[in-house]
Amino acid sequence: MKMEFEHHQGAHCESGVTTNLLRKSSGGKITEPMAFGIGAGLFFAYIPFIKINNGPAIAFRTMPGDIFNRTCKSLGIPVFRKKFSSKEHAEKYLVDRLNDGTPVGCQVGVYYLPYFPREYRFHFNAHNIVVFEKVGDNFLVSDPIMETTTVLSNYELERVRFAKGALAPKGHIYYPAKNVDITDETIKKAIKSGIKKNVYNMLYIPGSFAGVAGIKRTGNKIKGWRDKLGLEKAGSYLAQMVRMQEEIGTGGGGFRYIYAAFLQEADAYLPGNQLRQISVTFTKAGDMWREAAVHAAGIYKGRLGSQDDFNKMGDYLLEIAEVEKNAFKTLKNIKWQ
Amino acid sequence: MKKDEVPQDPGALGKITKELCYATDSSGKYVAEQSTGWEVKSKALDVAWQDIQKRIAAAKQKVLKGEASPLLFFMEYRLMDTGILAGYTGFWQWQVKRHLKPGAFNTLSPKQLQKYADAFNVKVDDLKTMTVNEDGV
Repeated sequence: MKMEFEHHQGAHCESGVTTNLLRKSSGGKITEPMAFGIGAGLFFAYIPFIKINNGPAIAFRTMPGDIFNRTCKSLGIPVFRKKFSSKEHAEKYLVDRLNDGTPVGCQVGVYYLPYFPREYRFHFNAHNIVVFEKVGDNFLVSDPIMETTTVLSNYELERVRFAKGALAPKGHIYYPAKNVDITDETIKKAIKSGIKKNVYNMLYIPGSFAGVAGIKRTGNKIKGWRDKLGLEKAGSYLAQMVRMQEEIGTGGGGFRYIYAAFLQEADAYLPGNQLRQISVTFTKAGDMWREAAVHAAGIYKGRLGSQDDFNKMGDYLLEIAEVEKNAFKTLKNIKWQ
Repeated sequence: MKKDEVPQDPGALGKITKELCYATDSSGKYVAEQSTGWEVKSKALDVAWQDIQKRIAAAKQKVLKGEASPLLFFMEYRLMDTGILAGYTGFWQWQVKRHLKPGAFNTLSPKQLQKYADAFNVKVDDLKTMTVNEDGV
């Protein structure tokens, strides 16, 4: 069945998919920054004992799935989701939805995603796409990262939906209920709840591995990397951090710019709460992350490498932690007008 | 980041698609702006691939010296760990670890070898000779 589905490019896969799936019911009001902010997407975590591509796991965003779930929940939209053990059932369920005229979100692995350049294909299993139509044996796909829609054969789609390894998608499919009215009142409430959740995640999450405390801890650790890991491995770790921070899907500056854009848009719904001013601080944080990335590149390119250079690298993160701590404290102390 | 500061360096992704960044225009308002890539991060990606190439070369040496089975070479080549390989083949992780030893690898049945060949997207013959098929992925 031919259905109305508009593909729009996004910066980040999950907020992009959320926006594309909600475009019709929200009348375009849930933009990508709005989905990211309402979904409380901003985060930081550094988990040295989980290895990704032989480097430490570093995240600048919340757990995969959280943004879509939280956005829909805050907007009062019921969500349908399903995982499968059988590939046949997974395909049938997908085709049935498409026949009903429902575009669906699919979690996929990128290693076998044919339209991705080889350089980007790692065993990363939390990518998100929308499948919106079946034509013959092929599926039409809206991948938010891409400028245009793409086509996957039945086999290609099955292979990425059943990718293996950490966070294996197991055919995971999800979609929001249709015809739910999203009023401005609902959006206002959702913005407040998204900000509240993000304040908690960045300031009060227990432990020292995540949030602002995690940034600070990582900054201090980096100062010891040169001695502890050796120059080469320390460079690889920094390169890993820069990739997680700047690679496709972040919108630049470790998602800080998307969040700043969210606060600007939120200001239109909730004027008089200084959100526009606070947004400027997040732009500054994004700029600082990028400055730190330039310095890190000096190290992994071999131009820099002294202990002083590593101290400076760590200090960048300590400064960022301070800026973000103050920004989230300001958000926390808002007396909503 | 200001709109006119969005980097437009050549990058691996730039051949396929431009990517979206959020940046501020002259009035400070956020807009979505496309970027072809940024030298700082394409260099980071290069570093990741250099590390992978080194691991592949080291694995190949280990196999040639008889210290590991060819599975180690293909595991590195396909960026897999034992967990991912177990997932794609249906073996348990402890079995995969055992098959990484040349002695255990040499006792694998044709059917078992086929499972590994499928997981790596190569032919069974190529599996033993460490021949890679570039069109594979």
